[in-house]
Amino acid sequence: MIQEQTVKLIIEGAGCSSCVGKIEGALNSISGVTAAEMNFAERSVSVEGSAPIDDLIKAVESVGYNAISTEGVSEDDLMDEKEAADFAYYKRLIREMTIALTLGVPLMAYSLIVGEMTVTTTTERIVWLIIGLLTAGVMYFSGKHFYIGAWKSFWNHSANMDTLIALGTGTAWIYSMVVVFFPAAVPDMARHVYFEATAMIIGLIDLGLALELKARGRTSQAIKRLIGLQAKTARVIRDDKEIDIPIENVLLNDHVRVRPGEKIPVDGIVIDGHTAIDESMLTGEPMPVEKKTSDEVVAGTLNKTGSVVFKATRVGKDTALAQIINMVKRAQNSKPPIGRLADIISAYFVPVVMIIAVVSALVWLNFGPEPAVAFAIVSATTVLIIACPCALGLATPMSVMVGVGKAAEAGVLIRNGEALQTASKITAMVLDKTGTITLGAPKVTSIHLVHAKEKDRVLELAASLEAGSEHPLAMSIVESAQEQGLSLSSVKNFKAIAGHGVEGVVEGKELLFGNEKLMRDHSVNVNGAVDVAQQMAAEANTPMYFAVDGVLAAIIAVSDPIKEDSIEAIKRLQKNGIKVVMLTGDNRATAKAVANKVGITEFFAEVLPEDKSDKVAELQMQGEVVGMTGDGINDAPALALANVGFAIGTGTDVAIESADITLMRGSLHGLADAIAVSKATLRNIKQNLFGAFIYNVAGVPFAAGVLYPFFGLLLSPVIAGAAMAFSSVTVVTNANRLRLFKAKEH
Amino acid sequence: MLIINILGALLILGIVWWFWLYKPTGASENSSDMLVTVKNGIYEPARLRIPAGEATSIKFLREEASPCAGTVVFSDLEISEELPLNKQKTIHLPALTPGTYSFTCQMQMYRGELIVDDKP
Repeated sequence: MIQEQTVKLIIEGAGCSSCVGKIEGALNSISGVTAAEMNFAERSVSVEGSAPIDDLIKAVESVGYNAISTEGVSEDDLMDEKEAADFAYYKRLIREMTIALTLGVPLMAYSLIVGEMTVTTTTERIVWLIIGLLTAGVMYFSGKHFYIGAWKSFWNHSANMDTLIALGTGTAWIYSMVVVFFPAAVPDMARHVYFEATAMIIGLIDLGLALELKARGRTSQAIKRLIGLQAKTARVIRDDKEIDIPIENVLLNDHVRVRPGEKIPVDGIVIDGHTAIDESMLTGEPMPVEKKTSDEVVAGTLNKTGSVVFKATRVGKDTALAQIINMVKRAQNSKPPIGRLADIISAYFVPVVMIIAVVSALVWLNFGPEPAVAFAIVSATTVLIIACPCALGLATPMSVMVGVGKAAEAGVLIRNGEALQTASKITAMVLDKTGTITLGAPKVTSIHLVHAKEKDRVLELAASLEAGSEHPLAMSIVESAQEQGLSLSSVKNFKAIAGHGVEGVVEGKELLFGNEKLMRDHSVNVNGAVDVAQQMAAEANTPMYFAVDGVLAAIIAVSDPIKEDSIEAIKRLQKNGIKVVMLTGDNRATAKAVANKVGITEFFAEVLPEDKSDKVAELQMQGEVVGMTGDGINDAPALALANVGFAIGTGTDVAIESADITLMRGSLHGLADAIAVSKATLRNIKQNLFGAFIYNVAGVPFAAGVLYPFFGLLLSPVIAGAAMAFSSVTVVTNANRLRLFKAKEH
Repeated sequence: MLIINILGALLILGIVWWFWLYKPTGASENSSDMLVTVKNGIYEPARLRIPAGEATSIKFLREEASPCAGTVVFSDLEISEELPLNKQKTIHLPALTPGTYSFTCQMQMYRGELIVDDKP
């Protein structure tokens, strides 16, 4: 069956409103089209139905117009198109640079080797006129874009990089031509031409832009890699036949077969077979994960061993991978607060520089030595050229782009630039115990009978009561009963009391299951069993009291194993000067046992879910910058309140959207990695800002000539052109250096 | 020399007025064909007017290969989108409160304003 869809086509060649009827008519006549509606102003047409896009395009062409599809373009294709466009632009820049430098370099060499570029004789005037016209050719062929941009920008009441380049090179050329045409109007000593400066500046800036373009391409490698994870086709089972179709055409609930060595094309749930899946590309977790019926599989991961059939649960833009790609892209383009200063400066910089150039020229004219006119022209031109704030504008986004991508490669999804910056300042990290430090998959370790006679009967009743609860501890009781083949009964009047336990009626018996407080609240006598419970807790088990008809029947010990690498990861955090605090709803003794095992000295036990945020606030009141790590559901208020909320997600969780930072794998090493990447990125941004500011802040006074009275130094416009061109290259290259950063070593 | 100094001072005043003090009045009203072209270092039109409290969308068409033009950023709205070359890209905006929101390229060299007005 072909899916009903709305396709949008861009129409070319439709110049009059009468075309609308022709195009709509042609499209409506195709079988499978239910409606075609053209937006003349937009020159687009929306077509509803199931007709193939090729048929639609042919129909439009048959009535004399061209149609371009806007739909179904995969991320991969868009990336390829972008690369092709960038490459074409790169080639153009190189061509333009070659033209400019072919003239500029010999002129420059002549001025350095042979001597002054002055206009004194008629022959010199003719020669320089020819060179001036050649320079004008360079300005047209290699620098036209600067002048058009500057002009458009000027009429738009804004000033940009083009403005500065156009003003600088234009001033140098016009002055030189004045010298050529009217030498008598210029003092003898100032009859100097600056054609070499104009040609060299245009050539060098084109070269700088080309190099920047190359370096920029490398900064988006993380996105390319993520997009590269997507499979191109999927093998779906339709009408008992297996067919390969593009992943864009996979529908919800389609049954998809994946063979060993193939990528999972869309998200789904395994319905047949079992296998091991390598999820490392998404989570950073090196070990393949076993998958059997009812387990979730995620698009982009690699099927290693067996052949499985799964039901598609998320397709197209809804897959976890697509969401991750989108999130990384968004985060890469967001800015941390540190970039705001640079933004404000960038916004005002160009007009300020123009004013500085005018002031500098006036100062030279009024107080400068002879030839004052030449000095004024040189200094104004140099100020305009060196001051371009592009490097300033690039300093932050380039580092963020690499940093966020680098984190994504380590299975750490950073939501935005602000989270990235704040993570570098964290002084205290609050860790939820269950599911964060521990596996979150507790197991029943022992049952201590108090007034009950049979352990199986206790487990049977307790599991019947807990079957309705989604608490991890409850699930462990149910799983344990199921493992022993016990049959569960239905529960009535079930009630969950947050932070305490549950109550309900099973087989006519009133059951209570939870902590000591729950028992005392219901006047159940626990006095004889408290020691046993304490002993269980001291061994890092969670003791749970079970009462039947108001009498304590048993204590069930449940233990949630500590994750293999929690201890090492916590040490990494502490080594970096971060205070690690543990929060748990568990009793104090269990909490203490777990904290001791993992090396945490400060912990809060018996914390109700709603009180977790109070603990975060308490730490913030003490002046700490708090990171909170939890599973993103019951910890949500605390995650939201913390300076940075870290959600432990599997990549398919809604936590991806809600947390500041999501750790795709369960390991706490992700926390240390996130903080290390964040610190490295901030350091990189600071280096970039310093580099960019130095070019501008130090370069402008130097160009204006403040050193001249003391050392006789005045910056050449050509050097300024080179400095300006390479300032952006420096910034982008430094940002790329971040790609070599390895989080684990920090 | 006096004339040159006066001309210089006037030039400075002109720069201040033209780039900072002058407030353009016209802005493109929201309509189905609101299309912003990115070309020659500017957004055209650079001033857009939309009603408050309504989700809306703006189409961008980037006709310039320079990578600076490749991203449009609405920093107040945490929107940052890549603009493909020679292809329209629709940016969906949420319902906004009245005010002026700027949109720029990544380097802040291309600048535009989105004016959100109260509904009449």
